[in-house]
Amino acid sequence: MEQFIEWITQPWPWWVAGPLIGLTVPILLIIGNKSFGISSSLRHVCAMCAPANIPFFTYNWRKEMWNMMFVFGVLIGGFIAATFISNPETIVVAESTQRDLAALGITDYSRLLPVEIFNWDNLFTLKGLIFFVFGGFMVGFGTRYAGGCTSGHAIMGISSLQWPSVVATIFFMLGGFITTHFLLGPLMALAGF
Amino acid sequence: MKTIEKNKIAKDAVCDAPNMQESGENLLKYLIVGVLFGIIFVKAEVVSWFRIQEMFRLQSFHMYGIIGSAIAVGALSIFLIKKFNIKSLKGEVINIPKKEFRKGQIIGGFIFGLGWAITGACPGPLYAQIGTGFTVVAVTLLSAIAGTWVYGRFADKLPN
Repeated sequence: MEQFIEWITQPWPWWVAGPLIGLTVPILLIIGNKSFGISSSLRHVCAMCAPANIPFFTYNWRKEMWNMMFVFGVLIGGFIAATFISNPETIVVAESTQRDLAALGITDYSRLLPVEIFNWDNLFTLKGLIFFVFGGFMVGFGTRYAGGCTSGHAIMGISSLQWPSVVATIFFMLGGFITTHFLLGPLMALAGF
Repeated sequence: MKTIEKNKIAKDAVCDAPNMQESGENLLKYLIVGVLFGIIFVKAEVVSWFRIQEMFRLQSFHMYGIIGSAIAVGALSIFLIKKFNIKSLKGEVINIPKKEFRKGQIIGGFIFGLGWAITGACPGPLYAQIGTGFTVVAVTLLSAIAGTWVYGRFADKLPN
């Protein structure tokens, strides 16, 4: 039992987590004929709370409640993993990443996310504006414009051999590479890191 | 079989009323799958801003291994579902909507990538991060909802 607890609290390797994430595709198809996709939930919130007569948001969102239940489950799953089977050690990433991030002012690996960025004190500062407001806006705007995110396009779309999803995934990665290597440094300097 | 068809027609006829058949215990199964999914996300550190940085800096195989093996398992599953004509629990033929190519997959995809590198999260991890206790990510989520709304508002004016 102790061994099991030790095993389950450690970070799971990619060859355990990846296939389990992939299994979500057939599970959702079989239990309800649903296509895996998470960013749609953001659209459903708009349709529920502020449709404002916009055609894009006037549809029967009640039929999509399964998607809201799924993402609510993801939130609960995050709570369970962090509360009951969390890794007591610090996050270990590649040494080269640690060096690069130290140069940007990020050195605290005590939690899953850098506490230097992700804390409430930053909310009404330039850090909060860049990392929460601007970053979040780009995620929501971009995924909907692209018609899906990592789950809907990269996993569900490519799994079902749809080439538009391959295009989308290539541009997700390209946007991420360019931002990481050319934009993140100046943005963080601007924000005062 | 006839009753199923009758139910389906009845369901379609009241499509604007709250869909009672989809609520309650029928929805619970999606919650359970979501919970398991969220646990995997956190335990594999997919939700970690550090891991996303490591991925975009090409300094570890971890995230590529996860996404790659998830696609492999997903593709194999869909192949098997089609080959053996596996039905859903309700007995329906499995239906996967076709994705049409649009310019949005290029422009929107790039914009999402930008946001992904800054927030260290795609939409799924946003929910999981909040669950792990980083409640400030709720602000990021609200902003993502706002971004989705603004897209919807101006969708007809954007190149598509």
